[in-house]
Amino acid sequence: MSTAALELKNVTKRFGNILANNNVSLTVNKGEILSVLGENGSGKTTLMNMISGIYYPDEGHIYIDGKEVLIHSPRDAFNHGIGMIHQHFKLVDVFSAAENIALGFDEPGRFDLKEVSKKVSEISKKYGFNLDPSKKIYAMSVSEKQTVEIIKVLYRGADILILDEPTAVLTPQETEKLFKILRSMRDDGKAIIIITHKLHEVLEISDRVTILRKGEYIDTVETSKTNEAELTEMMVGKKVSLNIDRTEPKDPQKRLTIQNLTVISPDGTKVLDNVGFTAKSGEILGIAGIAGSGQRELLEAVAGLQNIADGKITYFDPSSGKAESLRNKTPLQIRDLGVRLSFVPEDRLGMGLVGNMDITDNMMLRSYKSGKTVFLEKKPPKSLAEKIVEELEVVTPSISTPVRRLSGGNVQKVLVGREISSNPTVLMAAYPVRGLDINSSYLIYNLLNRQKENGAAVIFVGEDLDVLIELCDWILVLSSGRVSGMIPARGAKKEEIGLMMTARGK
Amino acid sequence: MHIIKRAAMPSWKAWLIRLAAILLSLIVSGLFVMFVTKLNPISVYIEMWKGAFGSSRKIWNTAQGTAILLCISLAVTPAFKMRFWNIGAEGQVMAGCIGTAAVMILFGNKLPTFWLMVCMVAASVASGIIWALIPAIFKANWNTNETLFTLMMNYVAIQIASYLSTVWENPAGSAHIGVINMNTGKGWFPAIFGHEQTINILIVAVLTAVMFVYLKYSKHGYEIAVVGESENTARYVGMNVKKVILRTMALSGAICGIAGLIIVAGKDHSLSTTSAGGQGFTAIMVSWLAKFNPLMMILTSLLIVFLERGAGAIATSFRINDSIADIVTGIILFFIIGCEFFVNYKIVFGNKGAKQ
Amino acid sequence: MITTIVNFLQRAIVQGIPLLYGSCGEIITEKSGNLNLGIPGIMYVGAVSGVIGAFFNERIAGDKLNPFFAVLVPLLCSLLGSLLMSLIYGFLTVTLRSNQNVAGLALTTFGVGVGNFFGGSLATLYGEGGALSLKRTSDFFKTALPFASKLGDFGKLFFSYGFLAYLAVIVAIVAAIILRKTRVGLNLRAVGESPATADAAGINVNRYKYLAICIGGMIAGLGGLYFIMDYTCGVWSNGGFGDRGWLAIALVIFAIWKPDMAALGSALFGGLYVVYIFIPNLSRSSQELFKMLPYLATIVVLIATSMRKKREHQPPQSLGLAYFREDR
Repeated sequence: MSTAALELKNVTKRFGNILANNNVSLTVNKGEILSVLGENGSGKTTLMNMISGIYYPDEGHIYIDGKEVLIHSPRDAFNHGIGMIHQHFKLVDVFSAAENIALGFDEPGRFDLKEVSKKVSEISKKYGFNLDPSKKIYAMSVSEKQTVEIIKVLYRGADILILDEPTAVLTPQETEKLFKILRSMRDDGKAIIIITHKLHEVLEISDRVTILRKGEYIDTVETSKTNEAELTEMMVGKKVSLNIDRTEPKDPQKRLTIQNLTVISPDGTKVLDNVGFTAKSGEILGIAGIAGSGQRELLEAVAGLQNIADGKITYFDPSSGKAESLRNKTPLQIRDLGVRLSFVPEDRLGMGLVGNMDITDNMMLRSYKSGKTVFLEKKPPKSLAEKIVEELEVVTPSISTPVRRLSGGNVQKVLVGREISSNPTVLMAAYPVRGLDINSSYLIYNLLNRQKENGAAVIFVGEDLDVLIELCDWILVLSSGRVSGMIPARGAKKEEIGLMMTARGK
Repeated sequence: MHIIKRAAMPSWKAWLIRLAAILLSLIVSGLFVMFVTKLNPISVYIEMWKGAFGSSRKIWNTAQGTAILLCISLAVTPAFKMRFWNIGAEGQVMAGCIGTAAVMILFGNKLPTFWLMVCMVAASVASGIIWALIPAIFKANWNTNETLFTLMMNYVAIQIASYLSTVWENPAGSAHIGVINMNTGKGWFPAIFGHEQTINILIVAVLTAVMFVYLKYSKHGYEIAVVGESENTARYVGMNVKKVILRTMALSGAICGIAGLIIVAGKDHSLSTTSAGGQGFTAIMVSWLAKFNPLMMILTSLLIVFLERGAGAIATSFRINDSIADIVTGIILFFIIGCEFFVNYKIVFGNKGAKQ
Repeated sequence: MITTIVNFLQRAIVQGIPLLYGSCGEIITEKSGNLNLGIPGIMYVGAVSGVIGAFFNERIAGDKLNPFFAVLVPLLCSLLGSLLMSLIYGFLTVTLRSNQNVAGLALTTFGVGVGNFFGGSLATLYGEGGALSLKRTSDFFKTALPFASKLGDFGKLFFSYGFLAYLAVIVAIVAAIILRKTRVGLNLRAVGESPATADAAGINVNRYKYLAICIGGMIAGLGGLYFIMDYTCGVWSNGGFGDRGWLAIALVIFAIWKPDMAALGSALFGGLYVVYIFIPNLSRSSQELFKMLPYLATIVVLIATSMRKKREHQPPQSLGLAYFREDR
């Protein structure tokens, strides 16, 4: 008989008008891994933030080892042995690993970083991590940063560990390694909560699953007694077939070729090294890779936003077939060449849109220069805004609402809607479904497929390998800024791509 | 008790909160003045009112003071909308003053009035632009911190004025310039409708309208807003961020130069290290209080000028130090700055849900 | 020649002390992520609070001025005045999350007003009239180490200052050690770099910000006290403190956010401030040009650090930004 380490009863949390969690209850036992499953926006992260003291619940009770507790701050959470590993790492960039681990922890005795480093090494040895305590965070890879986060909570002696989407940024191999560590912690008697929306991971790692949907508690089931279809139904609320309609490419033509592309970052490292490929019309080219392998720089280089150290970017005009070099041209110069290049960047509100401006003004981003006078023309962007709101079913009070107030899915609809409104011949999209719920995600996949059928060359940077394999025609794998392979998506194996993601490039 | 962010507040309600803050601050500063002068609070306000609006001459002077402060506030506004923290308006105004005074002194008796005026305008605007562009160039190219750079430029400008005060001193040995072209009145703005303030007020009125339209309806204004919100977005859609920064700062500097022109040619007819008189700093707050809206700035600059003149009048009649104006201004600013919290957040007591 | 150099260095240090206090206070404040442009105002208030304390202490004590209280009362008053000013700034920017630039500028307007108002009319308000002079109190502040005069130039250079000068250097060194070597320093730096991280690590962000603002403000206020009690010998003149507060903020950049560097930088800035006196045969007008040097030096440093872009030499990452935990 296992005992409950942490128990939540009828917890409710609101943000303004939004009900983020309504009457949610869950229990995690010692020596158990509990998955909290739910779509983006189902309130998983909010719930965990209440356990870790970031938010304070409006209603409800929290029990630890059977005793009711109030968690007002992260410090309270630590004192109760709760440690949270956030999806967006909470680390200070200019500090070393040891400094980050020691941060905010009042150990008895003198403050001594060497002592900290020694203890860190002991923990690393016990669970099988590999970490240099004196390395600065800004010099670390994503998985190293995650290691720092995990050691940080272990260092404080946490018995209840919460991991928020820990595998989102990892390769399949790194994920496997993480799971091994989690299992060894479970066997050590720790209670572990892992938040995810990936079903196969739930089935692989957890003992039990708690499902949330739109902030509501749905059910808790034993992993061994359920299956993928049942979980999906509980998560989405209706039976869904998770299939993407992939059509065969029609008459693919060379549209964009990249040769020997090299980009050097301001601090002198090669973020893209001798990259080359061809994107064809009527096809979707997927780009896979660990986060930060050069995906962003690649798309930005094509869009005219990066200084290119070496290489060629050539565009082939669909009507005339003429070749145009896009290297070192600004976005406006590219447009002036008649190239209809659209780009949905990863950072929606920080790059693709202006959060504090309304939908109309955001439409104007692409067209504000039109007209001969020094004044803005507001009518065309306004009608475009109305059209997008109607056609893509954007949920918004009005077109004069600042886009920052919209939900993630609606923000993305506004952005993608604007980018495809110009009938692009090349459409690039970086992580376009990140943070979106399943329905919005499929809407975006459909929009991309429609552009492909219209003859656009679509370049899709994704992180979910299952989706890449199902959606794309080709998959290009980047590893540390180099191309480590390009394979047909049909019939591709996830493990194969995973290995290419960490391989030293050719 | 804890704090949550508000969804959005209707703007009438927000302005009501701000109005309440101003009233509250008037009460607090009235109490302070009462404490120092032993006047009863009602008489404090009557005295202040009289000090600012007590006679036709005072009204004209208050209007002119408002116009000059408003002019400098207009100057800093486009840069602030672009999130360029230009606290160098003081120096840019000084530069404009210096440019104007230099032309008046050096060419006052050599050029016909029309060409003299043209040269004065050109010199003031050019000096303002140069003073604003120096930090902007470094900001645009190397992201050099503009707040401190522009701050230092203020003192360089003031030192230059101090230097020129000894070069052009009149009478000799005084280290002061005195009234320029006292006998000829060369380079002085002419009086219109019998008041020499008229032309200053008119210039600023036109500038206010132009700036309002420029920020709200022009392509440049849109670019400024986008660069201010997110440089990445601006770059993504192909705006030349450097160009926008330089152009906007040049505009800021040019208007500061005009403010300098008004101060020297239309008001002081002299140059000293205090020609700008700290208004470059006050203008920042005027602009911010008005939420960068040029029309609202008419009111906020009037409020500040009213306070300064009102408190100044009290200081004179009670023979106390006129720094009391700064104290009163400070108190009122604290309240207005602080009240924004209640526009953006609300406090929830107890462990209950927030109803909205 | 050596005497001239010693004279110059000594005056540079004297000029540098208020700057050192100011910049040291500002560094501590900025390390918590708060850019306090109200420091010039706080220094004015620090000065005038000391003046008020000394004024009443002299009146109450009459002819028998106890050296201990003559120093202690103005010192405590100065600290209290700066603390109140810091609390205004802290309340506005931390609790109410106002714009730091505007709140700081308003604080400076207010503080300079308070300083000049009370400094300029304290005697009038009290019914004495005339200018304010606190020479008797000042003499105690200026008391140098007794053996200074016996050691010639060496003594003059190292031992001829009032105790507040030594305190400034001690404060700078202690602040440097705390920031670099202690848990509190680590936590404070984390608050300025990334308050969300510090918060998640269990650090009380607001408490650290308040403490840094208040301690920083009180240190800065001592700069004002030193200026009035030591440098001007207890004589208040309106606006006499000038722009030293702003120069102190500039010095923060020069010192790349390191209090020990500020100690060196303040002497250098002090030297630039007075160098015109030591250059022979300068005309009055060229003297004015020489007075630009500290500002030009700051500009050069600003440009140089921004061009080098060394990761460790940048301002705290969240400097100037308000923190709200439930921001989303």
